[in-house]
Amino acid sequence: MILNIARKELKSLFASPMGWIILALLMMAFGSYYLTGVNNYFEVMSGAIRPAERVGVTIFVGQTVYSIASFIMLFAVPLLTMRLISEERRSQTLPFLFSAPISLTEIVLGKFVGLIVFLSILVFYIFLMLTTLNIWADIDFGYLIANSIGLWLLVASFSALGIYFSSLTQQPIIAAILSFISLFALMIMERFFASDPNHWFAYLSLMKHFQSFSRGLVDSSDLMYFFLFISTFLTLTIRRLDADRLRG
Amino acid sequence: MSNLTLEAIELTRLFGGWEAVKNVSFHLEKGEVLGFLGPNGAGKSTTMRMLTGNLAPSIGTVKICGIDMIENPKEAKALIGYLPEMRPIYKELTVDEFLTIAARLHKVPSKQIKKAVDIAKEKCGLSHMSKRLIENLSNGYQQRVAIAQAIIHNPLVVILDEPTVGLDPIQIREIRSLIREIGQKHSVILSTHILPEVEMVCDRVQIIDKGNLVFHGSIDELKQHRQGNKLLVGFTKAPTLSALKDIEGVTKVEKVEAGMYRIHFKNKQSPSEAIVKLSVKNRWGLYQIAPDQTSLEDVFVQLTEKKQKN
Repeated sequence: MILNIARKELKSLFASPMGWIILALLMMAFGSYYLTGVNNYFEVMSGAIRPAERVGVTIFVGQTVYSIASFIMLFAVPLLTMRLISEERRSQTLPFLFSAPISLTEIVLGKFVGLIVFLSILVFYIFLMLTTLNIWADIDFGYLIANSIGLWLLVASFSALGIYFSSLTQQPIIAAILSFISLFALMIMERFFASDPNHWFAYLSLMKHFQSFSRGLVDSSDLMYFFLFISTFLTLTIRRLDADRLRG
Repeated sequence: MSNLTLEAIELTRLFGGWEAVKNVSFHLEKGEVLGFLGPNGAGKSTTMRMLTGNLAPSIGTVKICGIDMIENPKEAKALIGYLPEMRPIYKELTVDEFLTIAARLHKVPSKQIKKAVDIAKEKCGLSHMSKRLIENLSNGYQQRVAIAQAIIHNPLVVILDEPTVGLDPIQIREIRSLIREIGQKHSVILSTHILPEVEMVCDRVQIIDKGNLVFHGSIDELKQHRQGNKLLVGFTKAPTLSALKDIEGVTKVEKVEAGMYRIHFKNKQSPSEAIVKLSVKNRWGLYQIAPDQTSLEDVFVQLTEKKQKN
Protein backbone atom coordinates (compact mmCIF):
# COMPACT_ATOMS: atom_id res chain seq x y z
CA MET A 1 0.00 0.00 0.00
CA ILE A 2 2.87 2.35 0.84
CA LEU A 3 4.25 1.67 -2.61
CA ASN A 4 0.89 2.37 -4.23
CA ILE A 5 0.78 5.81 -2.64
CA ALA A 6 4.40 6.36 -3.63
CA ARG A 7 3.55 5.42 -7.20
CA LYS A 8 0.67 7.87 -7.17
CA GLU A 9 2.97 10.65 -5.96
CA LEU A 10 5.54 9.90 -8.62
CA LYS A 11 2.83 9.81 -11.24
CA SER A 12 1.65 13.29 -10.30
CA LEU A 13 5.24 14.53 -10.23
CA PHE A 14 5.89 13.27 -13.74
CA ALA A 15 2.38 13.94 -15.07
CA SER A 16 3.48 17.47 -15.87
CA PRO A 17 6.88 18.49 -17.24
CA MET A 18 7.67 19.81 -13.76
CA GLY A 19 9.34 16.63 -12.53
CA TRP A 20 11.58 16.38 -15.57
CA ILE A 21 12.47 20.07 -15.51
CA ILE A 22 13.44 19.95 -11.85
CA LEU A 23 15.61 16.90 -12.48
CA ALA A 24 17.26 18.52 -15.48
CA LEU A 25 17.92 21.87 -13.82
CA LEU A 26 19.35 20.32 -10.68
CA MET A 27 21.57 17.98 -12.66
CA MET A 28 22.77 20.92 -14.72
CA ALA A 29 23.75 22.76 -11.55
CA PHE A 30 25.56 19.74 -10.12
CA GLY A 31 27.22 19.07 -13.46
CA SER A 32 28.59 22.59 -13.75
CA TYR A 33 30.07 22.35 -10.24
CA TYR A 34 31.60 19.03 -11.15
CA LEU A 35 33.22 20.66 -14.16
CA THR A 36 34.60 23.61 -12.19
CA GLY A 37 35.77 21.14 -9.56
CA VAL A 38 37.82 19.25 -12.11
CA ASN A 39 39.20 22.45 -13.66
CA ASN A 40 40.16 23.85 -10.28
CA TYR A 41 41.84 20.63 -9.36
CA PHE A 42 44.33 20.98 -12.21
CA GLU A 43 44.95 24.60 -11.41
CA VAL A 44 45.46 24.13 -7.70
CA MET A 45 47.39 20.90 -7.88
CA SER A 46 49.81 22.14 -10.54
CA GLY A 47 50.78 24.81 -7.99
CA ALA A 48 51.04 22.38 -5.11
CA ILE A 49 54.51 20.97 -5.01
CA ARG A 50 54.92 19.79 -1.43
CA PRO A 51 53.25 16.41 -0.78
CA ALA A 52 51.37 17.77 2.24
CA GLU A 53 49.50 20.17 0.01
CA ARG A 54 48.33 17.50 -2.37
CA VAL A 55 44.80 16.25 -2.08
CA GLY A 56 43.23 13.33 -3.91
CA VAL A 57 40.99 14.12 -6.86
CA THR A 58 38.04 12.30 -5.26
CA ILE A 59 38.09 14.44 -2.16
CA PHE A 60 38.74 17.64 -4.05
CA VAL A 61 35.99 17.26 -6.62
CA GLY A 62 33.71 15.29 -4.32
CA GLN A 63 33.77 17.98 -1.69
CA THR A 64 32.93 20.68 -4.23
CA VAL A 65 29.99 18.77 -5.61
CA TYR A 66 28.57 17.38 -2.37
CA SER A 67 28.77 20.62 -0.44
CA ILE A 68 26.97 22.48 -3.19
CA ALA A 69 24.48 19.61 -3.53
CA SER A 70 23.53 19.83 0.14
CA PHE A 71 23.12 23.59 -0.27
CA ILE A 72 21.00 23.36 -3.42
CA MET A 73 18.84 20.64 -1.88
CA LEU A 74 18.10 23.03 0.96
CA PHE A 75 16.18 25.09 -1.60
CA ALA A 76 14.93 22.32 -3.84
CA VAL A 77 13.45 19.95 -1.27
CA PRO A 78 11.06 22.48 0.35
CA LEU A 79 9.79 23.30 -3.13
CA LEU A 80 9.12 19.63 -3.77
CA THR A 81 7.59 18.86 -0.38
CA MET A 82 5.41 21.94 -0.17
CA ARG A 83 2.55 20.57 -2.22
CA LEU A 84 2.54 17.01 -0.91
CA ILE A 85 -0.21 17.48 1.65
CA SER A 86 -1.19 21.15 1.50
CA GLU A 87 -2.15 20.85 -2.15
CA GLU A 88 -4.38 17.87 -1.35
CA ARG A 89 -5.88 19.82 1.49
CA ARG A 90 -6.58 22.77 -0.73
CA SER A 91 -8.10 20.83 -3.60
CA GLN A 92 -10.04 18.68 -1.10
CA THR A 93 -8.62 15.39 -2.30
CA LEU A 94 -7.64 14.15 1.15
CA PRO A 95 -10.99 12.36 1.63
CA PHE A 96 -10.04 10.22 -1.36
CA LEU A 97 -7.09 8.88 0.59
CA PHE A 98 -8.81 8.87 3.96
CA SER A 99 -11.76 6.80 2.78
CA ALA A 100 -9.59 4.23 1.05
CA PRO A 101 -8.63 1.22 3.14
CA ILE A 102 -5.22 2.62 4.04
CA SER A 103 -3.95 3.80 7.38
CA LEU A 104 -2.64 7.31 7.93
CA THR A 105 0.82 5.90 8.52
CA GLU A 106 0.73 4.29 5.10
CA ILE A 107 -0.42 7.52 3.49
CA VAL A 108 2.36 9.58 5.06
CA LEU A 109 5.05 6.94 4.50
CA GLY A 110 3.86 6.50 0.92
CA LYS A 111 4.19 10.18 0.20
CA PHE A 112 7.59 10.22 1.86
CA VAL A 113 8.81 7.19 -0.08
CA GLY A 114 7.54 8.65 -3.35
CA LEU A 115 9.55 11.80 -2.83
CA ILE A 116 12.61 9.89 -1.66
CA VAL A 117 12.54 7.79 -4.82
CA PHE A 118 12.52 10.99 -6.85
CA LEU A 119 15.39 12.49 -4.86
CA SER A 120 17.31 9.23 -4.94
CA ILE A 121 17.51 9.60 -8.70
CA LEU A 122 19.47 12.80 -8.11
CA VAL A 123 21.71 11.31 -5.44
CA PHE A 124 22.42 8.36 -7.66
CA TYR A 125 23.17 10.56 -10.68
CA ILE A 126 25.62 12.61 -8.67
CA PHE A 127 27.34 9.41 -7.65
CA LEU A 128 27.43 8.21 -11.25
CA MET A 129 28.79 11.55 -12.40
CA LEU A 130 31.63 11.41 -9.92
CA THR A 131 32.51 7.83 -10.80
CA THR A 132 33.36 9.04 -14.30
CA LEU A 133 36.55 10.38 -12.66
CA ASN A 134 37.59 6.76 -12.50
CA ILE A 135 38.30 6.87 -16.22
CA TRP A 136 41.39 9.03 -15.63
CA ALA A 137 42.22 8.36 -12.02
CA ASP A 138 41.94 5.78 -9.31
CA ILE A 139 39.18 7.12 -7.15
CA ASP A 140 38.15 6.36 -3.60
CA PHE A 141 34.74 4.71 -3.94
CA GLY A 142 34.32 4.45 -0.19
CA TYR A 143 34.48 8.20 0.10
CA LEU A 144 31.87 8.66 -2.62
CA ILE A 145 29.54 6.06 -1.12
CA ALA A 146 29.79 7.63 2.35
CA ASN A 147 29.00 11.01 0.83
CA SER A 148 26.08 9.61 -1.12
CA ILE A 149 24.64 8.01 2.00
CA GLY A 150 25.11 11.29 3.83
CA LEU A 151 23.43 13.32 1.11
CA TRP A 152 20.64 10.79 0.84
CA LEU A 153 19.96 10.92 4.58
CA LEU A 154 20.16 14.69 4.50
CA VAL A 155 17.56 15.05 1.74
CA ALA A 156 15.40 12.43 3.47
CA SER A 157 15.49 14.57 6.63
CA PHE A 158 14.68 17.67 4.61
CA SER A 159 11.72 15.81 3.08
CA ALA A 160 10.39 14.59 6.42
CA LEU A 161 10.45 18.10 7.84
CA GLY A 162 8.97 19.51 4.62
CA ILE A 163 6.10 17.03 4.67
CA TYR A 164 5.32 18.01 8.23
CA PHE A 165 5.13 21.70 7.38
CA SER A 166 3.07 20.84 4.33
CA SER A 167 0.53 19.12 6.55
CA LEU A 168 0.15 22.25 8.68
CA THR A 169 -1.17 24.61 6.06
CA GLN A 170 -3.37 24.86 3.00
CA GLN A 171 -0.98 27.14 1.18
CA PRO A 172 1.93 25.31 -0.45
CA ILE A 173 4.04 28.43 -0.59
CA ILE A 174 3.73 29.01 3.16
CA ALA A 175 4.77 25.41 3.73
CA ALA A 176 7.81 25.98 1.52
CA ILE A 177 8.86 29.14 3.31
CA LEU A 178 8.38 27.64 6.76
CA SER A 179 10.32 24.51 5.95
CA PHE A 180 13.09 26.46 4.26
CA ILE A 181 13.54 28.74 7.27
CA SER A 182 13.57 25.91 9.77
CA LEU A 183 15.92 23.80 7.65
CA PHE A 184 18.24 26.74 7.21
CA ALA A 185 18.23 27.33 10.96
CA LEU A 186 18.97 23.67 11.61
CA MET A 187 21.79 23.72 9.07
CA ILE A 188 23.64 26.74 10.43
CA MET A 189 22.83 26.18 14.08
CA GLU A 190 26.22 24.74 14.91
CA ARG A 191 27.94 27.91 13.73
CA PHE A 192 26.56 29.73 16.74
CA PHE A 193 28.37 27.25 18.94
CA ALA A 194 31.68 27.37 17.12
CA SER A 195 33.47 28.04 20.42
CA ASP A 196 31.96 24.98 22.04
CA PRO A 197 31.49 22.27 19.40
CA ASN A 198 30.29 19.72 21.94
CA HIS A 199 27.40 21.80 23.20
CA TRP A 200 24.19 19.73 23.11
CA PHE A 201 22.48 22.37 21.03
CA ALA A 202 25.08 22.09 18.33
CA TYR A 203 24.43 18.40 18.31
CA LEU A 204 20.96 19.07 16.90
CA SER A 205 22.38 20.70 13.80
CA LEU A 206 21.86 18.79 10.57
CA MET A 207 25.12 20.08 9.16
CA LYS A 208 27.18 18.71 12.03
CA HIS A 209 26.01 15.20 11.23
CA PHE A 210 26.35 15.62 7.51
CA GLN A 211 29.95 16.73 7.96
CA SER A 212 31.17 13.37 9.20
CA PHE A 213 29.75 11.76 6.08
CA SER A 214 31.43 14.35 3.92
CA ARG A 215 34.74 13.36 5.51
CA GLY A 216 33.97 9.84 4.36
CA LEU A 217 32.99 8.61 7.79
CA VAL A 218 29.82 6.56 8.32
CA ASP A 219 29.17 6.87 12.03
CA SER A 220 26.31 4.94 13.60
CA SER A 221 25.45 7.86 15.88
CA ASP A 222 24.94 10.05 12.83
CA LEU A 223 22.83 7.37 11.19
CA MET A 224 20.77 7.26 14.38
CA TYR A 225 20.41 11.02 14.41
CA PHE A 226 19.02 11.09 10.87
CA PHE A 227 16.79 8.13 11.57
CA LEU A 228 15.34 9.82 14.65
CA PHE A 229 14.98 13.13 12.84
CA ILE A 230 13.02 11.53 9.99
CA SER A 231 10.80 9.40 12.23
CA THR A 232 10.03 12.34 14.51
CA PHE A 233 8.73 14.51 11.70
CA LEU A 234 6.86 11.69 10.00
CA THR A 235 5.18 10.85 13.30
CA LEU A 236 4.25 14.49 13.79
CA THR A 237 2.73 14.51 10.30
CA ILE A 238 0.66 11.43 11.07
CA ARG A 239 -0.50 13.04 14.30
CA ARG A 240 -1.44 16.19 12.42
CA LEU A 241 -3.53 14.27 9.89
CA ASP A 242 -5.15 12.28 12.66
CA ALA A 243 -6.13 15.56 14.27
CA ASP A 244 -8.05 16.32 11.08
CA ARG A 245 -10.13 13.25 11.62
CA LEU A 246 -10.63 13.94 15.33
CA ARG A 247 -11.21 17.68 15.27
CA GLY A 248 -12.74 18.03 11.84
CA MET B 1 -29.07 -9.17 11.14
CA SER B 2 -26.93 -10.47 8.33
CA ASN B 3 -28.70 -8.19 5.91
CA LEU B 4 -27.59 -5.06 7.71
CA THR B 5 -24.83 -3.39 5.76
CA LEU B 6 -24.52 -0.24 7.76
CA GLU B 7 -25.39 0.71 11.27
CA ALA B 8 -25.00 4.12 12.82
CA ILE B 9 -25.54 4.01 16.55
CA GLU B 10 -26.16 7.22 18.48
CA LEU B 11 -23.80 9.33 16.45
CA THR B 12 -23.00 12.69 17.95
CA ARG B 13 -20.44 15.11 16.70
CA LEU B 14 -19.32 18.20 18.53
CA PHE B 15 -17.40 21.01 16.90
CA GLY B 16 -16.11 23.00 19.81
CA GLY B 17 -19.14 23.08 22.03
CA TRP B 18 -21.59 23.11 19.16
CA GLU B 19 -23.43 19.94 18.26
CA ALA B 20 -23.41 19.47 14.49
CA VAL B 21 -25.06 16.08 14.71
CA LYS B 22 -27.08 15.00 17.71
CA ASN B 23 -27.70 11.42 18.63
CA VAL B 24 -28.44 10.11 15.14
CA SER B 25 -29.12 6.38 14.80
CA PHE B 26 -30.12 4.50 11.70
CA HIS B 27 -29.35 1.40 9.73
CA LEU B 28 -29.28 0.29 6.16
CA GLU B 29 -30.11 -3.05 4.64
CA LYS B 30 -28.74 -4.75 1.62
CA GLY B 31 -30.36 -3.65 -1.61
CA GLU B 32 -31.71 -0.45 -0.16
CA VAL B 33 -31.32 3.14 -1.27
CA LEU B 34 -31.52 5.57 1.59
CA GLY B 35 -32.10 9.23 0.89
CA PHE B 36 -30.58 11.66 3.27
CA LEU B 37 -32.40 14.96 3.12
CA GLY B 38 -31.91 18.21 4.85
CA PRO B 39 -31.41 21.91 4.32
CA ASN B 40 -27.95 23.42 4.12
CA GLY B 41 -25.93 23.04 7.27
CA ALA B 42 -28.23 20.40 8.69
CA GLY B 43 -25.42 17.95 9.31
CA LYS B 44 -25.77 15.73 6.23
CA SER B 45 -22.17 15.95 5.18
CA THR B 46 -20.90 15.68 8.74
CA THR B 47 -22.86 12.47 9.19
CA MET B 48 -21.53 11.10 5.93
CA ARG B 49 -17.97 11.95 6.85
CA MET B 50 -18.45 10.05 10.08
CA LEU B 51 -19.91 7.07 8.25
CA THR B 52 -16.88 6.88 5.96
CA GLY B 53 -14.29 7.32 8.69
CA ASN B 54 -13.21 10.76 7.56
CA LEU B 55 -14.32 12.23 10.83
CA ALA B 56 -14.32 10.59 14.23
CA PRO B 57 -17.69 10.76 16.00
CA SER B 58 -17.58 12.37 19.45
CA ILE B 59 -19.99 9.72 20.74
CA GLY B 60 -21.43 6.67 19.02
CA THR B 61 -20.28 3.99 16.64
CA VAL B 62 -20.47 3.19 12.97
CA LYS B 63 -20.54 -0.42 11.84
CA ILE B 64 -20.16 -1.53 8.27
CA CYS B 65 -21.42 -5.12 7.88
CA GLY B 66 -20.76 -5.53 11.58
CA ILE B 67 -17.19 -4.19 11.39
CA ASP B 68 -16.54 -1.27 13.68
CA MET B 69 -15.20 1.77 11.82
CA ILE B 70 -13.11 2.97 14.73
CA GLU B 71 -11.64 -0.35 15.77
CA ASN B 72 -10.99 -1.79 12.31
CA PRO B 73 -10.96 1.18 9.98
CA LYS B 74 -9.12 -0.59 7.16
CA GLU B 75 -11.52 -3.51 6.90
CA ALA B 76 -14.54 -1.26 7.24
CA LYS B 77 -13.32 1.27 4.68
CA ALA B 78 -12.67 -1.48 2.15
CA LEU B 79 -16.44 -2.05 2.00
CA ILE B 80 -17.33 1.58 1.35
CA GLY B 81 -17.32 3.76 -1.71
CA TYR B 82 -17.52 7.44 -0.93
CA LEU B 83 -18.15 10.48 -3.03
CA PRO B 84 -17.57 13.56 -0.88
CA GLU B 85 -19.25 16.86 -1.49
CA MET B 86 -16.12 18.35 -3.03
CA ARG B 87 -15.06 15.86 -5.64
CA PRO B 88 -11.70 14.36 -4.78
CA ILE B 89 -10.06 14.10 -8.16
CA TYR B 90 -6.49 14.69 -9.23
CA LYS B 91 -6.94 17.02 -12.14
CA GLU B 92 -3.44 16.59 -13.53
CA LEU B 93 -4.11 12.93 -14.37
CA THR B 94 -6.12 11.36 -17.15
CA VAL B 95 -9.35 9.51 -16.44
CA ASP B 96 -7.68 6.13 -16.87
CA GLU B 97 -4.71 7.00 -14.70
CA PHE B 98 -6.89 8.34 -11.93
CA LEU B 99 -9.27 5.40 -11.91
CA THR B 100 -6.36 2.96 -11.94
CA ILE B 101 -4.94 4.66 -8.87
CA ALA B 102 -8.36 4.56 -7.21
CA ALA B 103 -8.68 0.84 -7.94
CA ARG B 104 -5.19 0.17 -6.63
CA LEU B 105 -5.75 2.09 -3.41
CA HIS B 106 -8.98 0.20 -2.83
CA LYS B 107 -7.10 -3.07 -3.08
CA VAL B 108 -8.56 -4.33 -6.32
CA PRO B 109 -6.33 -7.28 -7.29
CA SER B 110 -3.82 -6.06 -9.87
CA LYS B 111 -5.03 -8.46 -12.55
CA GLN B 112 -8.58 -7.16 -12.32
CA ILE B 113 -7.72 -3.46 -12.24
CA LYS B 114 -8.06 -2.92 -15.96
CA LYS B 115 -11.42 -4.66 -16.02
CA ALA B 116 -12.65 -2.75 -12.99
CA VAL B 117 -11.65 0.54 -14.61
CA ASP B 118 -13.46 -0.39 -17.82
CA ILE B 119 -16.63 -1.39 -15.99
CA ALA B 120 -16.66 1.78 -13.89
CA LYS B 121 -16.11 3.91 -16.99
CA GLU B 122 -18.88 2.17 -18.84
CA LYS B 123 -21.31 2.54 -15.95
CA CYS B 124 -20.62 6.25 -15.70
CA GLY B 125 -20.52 6.86 -19.44
CA LEU B 126 -16.87 7.78 -19.51
CA SER B 127 -15.59 5.22 -22.00
CA HIS B 128 -14.85 7.79 -24.69
CA MET B 129 -13.03 10.08 -22.25
CA SER B 130 -10.36 7.57 -21.15
CA LYS B 131 -7.32 9.47 -22.33
CA ARG B 132 -8.51 12.97 -21.52
CA LEU B 133 -7.01 14.97 -18.69
CA ILE B 134 -9.57 15.35 -15.94
CA GLU B 135 -8.75 19.04 -15.79
CA ASN B 136 -10.07 19.50 -19.33
CA LEU B 137 -13.36 17.72 -18.74
CA SER B 138 -16.58 19.61 -18.18
CA ASN B 139 -18.07 19.92 -14.73
CA GLY B 140 -20.54 17.11 -15.31
CA TYR B 141 -17.92 14.73 -16.61
CA GLN B 142 -15.69 15.49 -13.64
CA GLN B 143 -18.60 14.56 -11.42
CA ARG B 144 -18.93 11.27 -13.31
CA VAL B 145 -15.25 10.57 -12.73
CA ALA B 146 -15.80 11.18 -9.05
CA ILE B 147 -18.74 8.76 -9.03
CA ALA B 148 -16.72 6.17 -10.97
CA GLN B 149 -14.03 6.46 -8.33
CA ALA B 150 -16.57 5.65 -5.62
CA ILE B 151 -17.90 2.47 -7.25
CA ILE B 152 -14.72 1.10 -8.81
CA HIS B 153 -14.06 -1.55 -6.17
CA ASN B 154 -17.65 -2.74 -6.17
CA PRO B 155 -18.29 -1.69 -2.58
CA LEU B 156 -21.12 -3.04 -0.46
CA VAL B 157 -22.11 0.41 0.71
CA VAL B 158 -21.95 3.41 -1.57
CA ILE B 159 -22.17 6.80 0.07
CA LEU B 160 -22.83 9.68 -2.27
CA ASP B 161 -22.88 13.25 -1.05
CA GLU B 162 -24.98 15.28 -3.48
CA PRO B 163 -24.10 13.24 -6.56
CA THR B 164 -26.19 15.15 -9.06
CA VAL B 165 -24.81 18.61 -8.41
CA GLY B 166 -23.56 20.25 -11.56
CA LEU B 167 -25.03 17.72 -13.98
CA ASP B 168 -27.35 18.50 -16.85
CA PRO B 169 -30.86 16.96 -16.83
CA ILE B 170 -29.90 14.06 -19.10
CA GLN B 171 -26.88 13.21 -17.01
CA ILE B 172 -28.96 13.47 -13.86
CA ARG B 173 -31.33 10.88 -15.27
CA GLU B 174 -28.43 8.60 -16.14
CA ILE B 175 -26.90 8.96 -12.72
CA ARG B 176 -30.23 8.26 -11.08
CA SER B 177 -30.67 5.06 -13.02
CA LEU B 178 -27.08 4.16 -12.14
CA ILE B 179 -27.84 4.69 -8.46
CA ARG B 180 -30.92 2.49 -8.74
CA GLU B 181 -28.84 -0.16 -10.47
CA ILE B 182 -26.22 -0.11 -7.72
CA GLY B 183 -28.98 -0.06 -5.13
CA GLN B 184 -30.33 -3.39 -6.33
CA LYS B 185 -27.25 -5.32 -5.31
CA HIS B 186 -25.64 -3.05 -2.75
CA SER B 187 -26.73 -0.36 -0.38
CA VAL B 188 -26.63 3.29 -1.22
CA ILE B 189 -26.86 6.37 0.92
CA LEU B 190 -27.53 9.49 -1.02
CA SER B 191 -27.68 12.98 0.31
CA THR B 192 -29.47 15.73 -1.48
CA HIS B 193 -31.73 18.64 -0.95
CA ILE B 194 -33.82 17.91 -4.00
CA LEU B 195 -36.99 16.17 -2.89
CA PRO B 196 -38.16 14.83 -6.29
CA GLU B 197 -34.81 13.12 -6.63
CA VAL B 198 -35.37 11.23 -3.43
CA GLU B 199 -38.85 10.23 -4.52
CA MET B 200 -37.52 8.83 -7.76
CA VAL B 201 -34.54 6.93 -6.47
CA CYS B 202 -34.85 6.06 -2.82
CA ASP B 203 -36.63 3.35 -0.89
CA ARG B 204 -36.33 5.06 2.43
CA VAL B 205 -35.90 8.64 3.47
CA GLN B 206 -34.33 10.31 6.39
CA ILE B 207 -34.62 13.99 7.09
CA ILE B 208 -32.11 15.74 9.26
CA ASP B 209 -32.43 19.26 10.55
CA LYS B 210 -30.02 21.12 12.80
CA GLY B 211 -28.32 17.86 13.65
CA ASN B 212 -31.52 16.07 14.66
CA LEU B 213 -33.09 13.22 12.79
CA VAL B 214 -36.62 14.56 12.31
CA PHE B 215 -38.08 12.00 9.97
CA HIS B 216 -37.26 8.44 9.21
CA GLY B 217 -39.46 6.26 7.09
CA SER B 218 -40.36 4.83 3.73
CA ILE B 219 -40.84 6.96 0.69
CA ASP B 220 -44.64 6.49 0.84
CA GLU B 221 -44.77 7.98 4.29
CA LEU B 222 -42.95 11.01 3.04
CA LYS B 223 -45.27 11.34 0.08
CA GLN B 224 -48.16 11.41 2.45
CA HIS B 225 -46.48 14.12 4.43
CA ARG B 226 -45.91 15.96 1.26
CA GLN B 227 -49.30 15.60 -0.35
CA GLY B 228 -50.93 15.75 3.01
CA ASN B 229 -54.57 15.11 1.98
CA LYS B 230 -55.02 18.44 0.29
CA LEU B 231 -56.48 19.50 -3.02
CA LEU B 232 -55.97 22.73 -4.82
CA VAL B 233 -59.14 23.62 -6.72
CA GLY B 234 -59.87 26.54 -9.03
CA PHE B 235 -63.30 27.74 -10.15
CA THR B 236 -64.28 30.55 -12.51
CA LYS B 237 -67.62 31.00 -10.73
CA ALA B 238 -66.70 30.16 -7.23
CA PRO B 239 -69.28 28.61 -4.92
CA THR B 240 -69.59 29.58 -1.29
CA LEU B 241 -67.21 28.13 1.24
CA SER B 242 -69.97 26.29 3.02
CA ALA B 243 -71.07 24.56 -0.20
CA LEU B 244 -67.59 23.10 -0.51
CA LYS B 245 -67.37 22.23 3.12
CA ASP B 246 -70.56 20.18 2.94
CA ILE B 247 -68.98 17.70 0.52
CA GLU B 248 -68.33 14.37 2.15
CA GLY B 249 -64.84 13.89 3.55
CA VAL B 250 -63.89 17.55 3.51
CA THR B 251 -62.58 18.82 6.82
CA LYS B 252 -61.48 22.32 6.05
CA VAL B 253 -61.59 24.80 3.17
CA GLU B 254 -59.16 27.66 2.81
CA LYS B 255 -59.36 30.45 0.29
CA VAL B 256 -56.03 30.93 -1.45
CA GLU B 257 -57.01 33.70 -3.85
CA ALA B 258 -60.10 34.65 -5.83
CA GLY B 259 -61.57 31.38 -7.14
CA MET B 260 -58.78 29.19 -5.71
CA TYR B 261 -59.40 27.00 -2.73
CA ARG B 262 -57.30 24.60 -0.73
CA ILE B 263 -59.48 21.73 0.41
CA HIS B 264 -58.33 19.52 3.27
CA PHE B 265 -59.92 16.11 3.48
CA LYS B 266 -59.90 13.02 5.65
CA ASN B 267 -57.36 10.32 5.04
CA LYS B 268 -58.23 8.20 1.96
CA GLN B 269 -61.53 10.02 1.32
CA SER B 270 -60.57 12.19 -1.58
CA PRO B 271 -63.54 14.37 -2.54
CA SER B 272 -62.20 15.09 -6.02
CA GLU B 273 -64.84 13.08 -7.82
CA ALA B 274 -67.62 14.70 -5.82
CA ILE B 275 -66.19 18.14 -6.52
CA VAL B 276 -66.11 17.49 -10.26
CA LYS B 277 -69.66 16.18 -10.28
CA LEU B 278 -71.00 19.12 -8.24
CA SER B 279 -69.11 21.55 -10.38
CA VAL B 280 -70.72 20.20 -13.53
CA LYS B 281 -74.11 20.16 -11.92
CA ASN B 282 -73.92 23.67 -10.46
CA ARG B 283 -71.76 25.22 -13.21
CA TRP B 284 -69.00 26.38 -10.95
CA GLY B 285 -66.61 26.44 -13.90
CA LEU B 286 -63.94 24.10 -12.55
CA TYR B 287 -60.68 24.73 -14.34
CA GLN B 288 -58.11 23.20 -12.04
CA ILE B 289 -58.03 20.36 -9.59
CA ALA B 290 -54.81 18.89 -8.34
CA PRO B 291 -53.30 17.42 -5.21
CA ASP B 292 -51.68 20.25 -3.32
CA GLN B 293 -48.03 19.32 -2.94
CA THR B 294 -46.30 20.90 -0.06
CA SER B 295 -42.91 22.27 -0.87
CA LEU B 296 -39.85 20.77 0.72
CA GLU B 297 -39.54 23.76 3.00
CA ASP B 298 -43.06 23.19 4.26
CA VAL B 299 -42.32 19.55 4.92
CA PHE B 300 -39.27 20.60 6.88
CA VAL B 301 -41.26 23.14 8.83
CA GLN B 302 -43.97 20.58 9.54
CA LEU B 303 -41.54 17.93 10.62
CA THR B 304 -39.33 20.15 12.71
CA GLU B 305 -42.32 21.71 14.42
CA LYS B 306 -43.67 18.29 15.18
CA LYS B 307 -40.35 17.31 16.67
CA GLN B 308 -40.27 20.37 18.86
CA LYS B 309 -43.78 19.72 20.15
CA ASN B 310 -42.78 16.22 21.10
